[in-house]
Amino acid sequence: MRTEKPQTAKVFSFHGGIHPPENKAQSLQLPLGKPSLPSELILPLGQHIGQSSRPLVKVGDKVLKGETIAINNGFLSSFLHAPTSGTITAIEERLIAHPSGLSDLCIVLTPDGNETWTDLEPLNNWQDISKTDVLAYLSEMGIVGMGGAGFPTQVKLQGAHKNPLTHFIINAAECEPYITADDMLIREKTLELVAGIEILQHLVEAENVIIGIEDNKPTAIAALKTVLTQRNSDIQLAVVPTKYPSGGEKQLIQLLTGKEVPSGQYPADIGVLCQNVGTCVAIHDAITQGKPLISRFTTLTGDALKSPQNVEVLFGTPVAHLLEYADYESKKLSRLIMGGPMMGYTLDSAAVPIVKTSNCILAASKKELPAPAPEQACIRCGMCEQACPASLLPQQLLWFSKSQEFEKAEHHNLFDCIECGACSYVCPSSIPLVQYYRHSKSSIREAREANVKADLAKQRFEARKARQDAEAAEKEAKRLARQKATTNKATDAKKAAPAKATPTAAAAPATNDESKKLKVDIAIGKSKLKKLQKQLLEAQENEHVEEISNLQLQVTDQEKAIAALEEQLAKTPSAAPAAPAANTEKATPAPVSDELKKAKVDVALIGVKLKKLQKQLVETPDDQELKDKIAAFEADLKAAQDIVSKLSSNAQSSTNATAAEPKAVMSDELKKLKIDAAIAKAAVKKVEKALKKAEEIKAPEADAIRQQLKEAQQRADELEKALANPETAAPKAAPEKAAPTAENTDAEAAKKRKIDLAIAKAGIKKAEKNIQLLKDQGKEESEIEASEWPKKLIEAQQKLAALEAEEGAPAPVEKTAEPVANSEAKAEPEMDLATQIKKEKVAVALAKAQINKLNKRLESTPEEAESIKQEIAATEQRLQSAEALLEKLIHSQTNMQENR
Amino acid sequence: MALLRITSPHTQRAGRRTSWVMQMVILATVPGIVVQTWLFGWGTLINLMIASITALLSEAAILAIRRRAVGFFLKDYSALLTAVLLGVALPPVVPWWVTVTAVAFAIIFAKQLYGGLGNNPFNPAMVGYAIVLVSFPVPMSQWLGVQSMIPAGETLSFMQSLQAIFHQLPVIDSYTMATPLDGFKHKDLLDSQAAFSSIAALQGPSLNSWLWVNAAYLVGGLGLIWLRIITWHTPAATLGALLVMAGVFHLFDPSNTATPFFHLTTGAAMFGAFFIATDPVSSCTSNRGKLIYGAGIGILIYIIRSWGGYPDGVAFGVLLMNFAAPLIDYYTQPRTYGHKKAKTGLKIGEDN
Ligand code: SF4
Ligand code: SF4
Repeated sequence: MRTEKPQTAKVFSFHGGIHPPENKAQSLQLPLGKPSLPSELILPLGQHIGQSSRPLVKVGDKVLKGETIAINNGFLSSFLHAPTSGTITAIEERLIAHPSGLSDLCIVLTPDGNETWTDLEPLNNWQDISKTDVLAYLSEMGIVGMGGAGFPTQVKLQGAHKNPLTHFIINAAECEPYITADDMLIREKTLELVAGIEILQHLVEAENVIIGIEDNKPTAIAALKTVLTQRNSDIQLAVVPTKYPSGGEKQLIQLLTGKEVPSGQYPADIGVLCQNVGTCVAIHDAITQGKPLISRFTTLTGDALKSPQNVEVLFGTPVAHLLEYADYESKKLSRLIMGGPMMGYTLDSAAVPIVKTSNCILAASKKELPAPAPEQACIRCGMCEQACPASLLPQQLLWFSKSQEFEKAEHHNLFDCIECGACSYVCPSSIPLVQYYRHSKSSIREAREANVKADLAKQRFEARKARQDAEAAEKEAKRLARQKATTNKATDAKKAAPAKATPTAAAAPATNDESKKLKVDIAIGKSKLKKLQKQLLEAQENEHVEEISNLQLQVTDQEKAIAALEEQLAKTPSAAPAAPAANTEKATPAPVSDELKKAKVDVALIGVKLKKLQKQLVETPDDQELKDKIAAFEADLKAAQDIVSKLSSNAQSSTNATAAEPKAVMSDELKKLKIDAAIAKAAVKKVEKALKKAEEIKAPEADAIRQQLKEAQQRADELEKALANPETAAPKAAPEKAAPTAENTDAEAAKKRKIDLAIAKAGIKKAEKNIQLLKDQGKEESEIEASEWPKKLIEAQQKLAALEAEEGAPAPVEKTAEPVANSEAKAEPEMDLATQIKKEKVAVALAKAQINKLNKRLESTPEEAESIKQEIAATEQRLQSAEALLEKLIHSQTNMQENR
Repeated sequence: MALLRITSPHTQRAGRRTSWVMQMVILATVPGIVVQTWLFGWGTLINLMIASITALLSEAAILAIRRRAVGFFLKDYSALLTAVLLGVALPPVVPWWVTVTAVAFAIIFAKQLYGGLGNNPFNPAMVGYAIVLVSFPVPMSQWLGVQSMIPAGETLSFMQSLQAIFHQLPVIDSYTMATPLDGFKHKDLLDSQAAFSSIAALQGPSLNSWLWVNAAYLVGGLGLIWLRIITWHTPAATLGALLVMAGVFHLFDPSNTATPFFHLTTGAAMFGAFFIATDPVSSCTSNRGKLIYGAGIGILIYIIRSWGGYPDGVAFGVLLMNFAAPLIDYYTQPRTYGHKKAKTGLKIGEDN
């Protein structure tokens, strides 16, 4: 609908708000200023929310004005351009404008004073090319939100397509006192602004386009009206009453649409997109003139400046340079604020540079912004509540913050506080309320992070403990072996040789074990890293700004940990060579295993490719070409797998040949078996997934996949069987193995079982935690059901039960066998029995406790009855077996005592 | 440059400090004090003096014991406000030691022992009032009558007031008279109509004098609302509930109850609604909470007046609702921006 006059939109209202003295006139008396070039420009790499940009230049490089000097680093990041021509003189840490006075990596540019532009390539065909390309172009032009946090614009625009866009709001409210940068921008660049809005509207296609502006900017409003009328534009103009904080995104949305952004969500979720006027103009300049974002309008104001004004300033200009330009009186200056008096933050030093989000420098005198009055007691007058635009109860939040009752504070929606400062402004007792809230919020966040970290540490600790236990067990076994060996030596001279061999043999596996452990650690670390990276990516995509930095931190940590582990690993083999040197035969299996490795990599590669193709296939189910390719790959895969199995059997036989070192071989083989089993299991899972997908889309391949699944499962089963009975394999491998080694093998097996147990337990814990997490996130039960965690949990628990049974089972056999062998040492088995019984008793008690717990949970969460019941059944089984064992043990104990 | 490091906001509404709030409330009682003095003589002013001095002394003493900055806290005027509220609430010729007891108790026990301003769960003035009302019922029931109604035929002179308060005034009986509420309370078996025609305290001049007093406090209270020091919620709810209660019972039983108008214009109705119930520290904070809180007070006032042991119920009504205020607060949180509905209670961990 085109009308003569610009349309005016209906204006709603929001709760609370305040009317602080505007103080806007000062900076509007002088026309727009253009400060001279400073001696150096300091360009922080993180001028936006998200990861810092990656520098493209080196120290000493000559750059032209507008040249890209840093590119984006990930999804939520941005480009950076040279604001003028000159030389890069440093890339180093410099103080930046940040609430906590931080330093950050900055590119320092010394201007040559020529202002030579690089070639500008405007995007003249923006109406014809795809919108994605336009967005990509905007990203390359370094456009970020210039109003607040510096959110990369292309990301915001992408996000805007989540829901059909009903309102596209241009935020020109500028409600903070003192600041007039947007006002000036609208006056100076009205046409560019409107053209920029039109480009954006072309990109987002919203139903309504509204400019929201406070009624204290009559000149800007008039200018906008003229241009809108001239262009016969559809853009509506909504003049909102002056009230702080009407320029807050959420408040402006409420003012213009009457809708509220749901807590924890984004404007895009209710079909609203907000853009700052500065961003619109920047987009216009980028697209029609090819100019990247290199400068902005900034207000210089405050009593300490003799000539307050607005300036168009290049990014990187130090604040000190601007203060100089506006004739500041250093005597008067008592507080230097970046931003406005309500939400800005103080600067420690005037050396910090102007960045993409700096809208105001307020150089205040003491009289203007006196030091805060001493805090008095809250009299619960409720003035803060009347002023709060978020309809919070600031006085209650204060109470909870002071008494550190953070849960209650959260319950009172602490995290919906936008830190606008309205409550502190009106508080008659001069309580710095916002400061309290910030502190509480960060405490809560820290506690959450600490929780996560503690969980990680706990997992790590448990894994380590399991390992140490295993090591201790191994040592104990070795000690026993040695003992036996010496006794055997005394009785049987023949067995002296293998007994002698034991120490060297033991040394080798020790280093071997260590490196194995390290490798496992590295593998675990890497998988964690991968997970973290994925989370990071997700967070970036979902714009969870808060999580990103946190995750980034974790990723770096993880990377460091892995690096350390790898280093350690590199060291270990160098310590080891002494052991293999003793045994030259060990060299033979190496090439085989190398080849084996290669083959396995092949298998993995092919598998990956296959998976990719299958995915594609799922998307385009009747692509014959794809199917052919898949078939080919499958053939390849089979071939590769054949090679692998052949090689591994080779390796097996070759290792069989090296009977001199049965133990090392055993462990190698076991390792291989395990890896194989793991691969097979992974394959099973993959195939299962594929099957599910296939079934979902009713693909004809389902049958074939099912067949595959069966095969894979078979293989996995076989492997596991092999894995479960290493003892059966062991005698085959080393038929003339001496007694001590046999013992060692047993110990080895026990150790492995223990490790398995630990892993299984960790798995259960993880699954449980994940389920809990899902629940915490308020996911529906069905969703939890759908996610594979409950299944995994049950699987893991079953495995654990099996493992525990295994562990319990062989032990008594051993023990009962031992008395026969060691008939003189009666006291020892008895004691062993006693400890055994104790252990079993504990196990029984534990199982019972768990059943109780489960039953309780069953009562409280009937929705999960199915899985819990299963769990209960498993636990009961465990309990029964433990009880049976216990009975047996007690029986044998009494028997033994009777026998004496 | 020594630059200040402060977190936002960097500015504050000029001039409106806590002491200003307290001063304004004190000022808002002036119309009421003037009318009381005009009607009942100098007693009210003398009471105010005694109360103020007692309040400042006890506050200073306790602050000194608690090692707080005496000057800083005295300047917040909160002790003075308590004194003023008590001074106007006590009968004009109550002996000085009653006033001293009430104020000292209010400041020391009801306020400072709980941690001072902002931490007292009960309205200090009303705690002091209730203590002396329970402990010294006789002097507490000695209200003066309007001059045209009492045997003496005139109000007490300044000297007489002084004498009555500090020493004893033998002729005091010729100046005192029951308040209308007192009179109505002790109408015994008379029905309303008979009571209003026969009992002295329920005659026109007596009723009118209390109407004037209440009107004066209404004016002061409206001033406070205009200054946005209090919101309309508590007084409106209090008076509204009183009106509804009185109206409903009067409809059902006109012969034994007084009219709603009588209830709203006698006793401490207006004073209580605008100056006592709105004490921010001990009342509810959210607007909805204030409505419930105020309504509770109104209902309790009516219940105590009609069936309780005391002629007026403001003090006990307010104290009883003070108990409930924290609970009410938990259940009347406002709906926060972006939330579908308000959270209630203390259940933790629920999401919405
Ligand atoms: S404005 Fe200040 S004194 Fe009043 S209730 Fe809020 S925090 Fe307390
Ligand atoms: S800072 Fe938070 S609590 Fe205070 S008024 Fe703003 S939103 Fe409300």
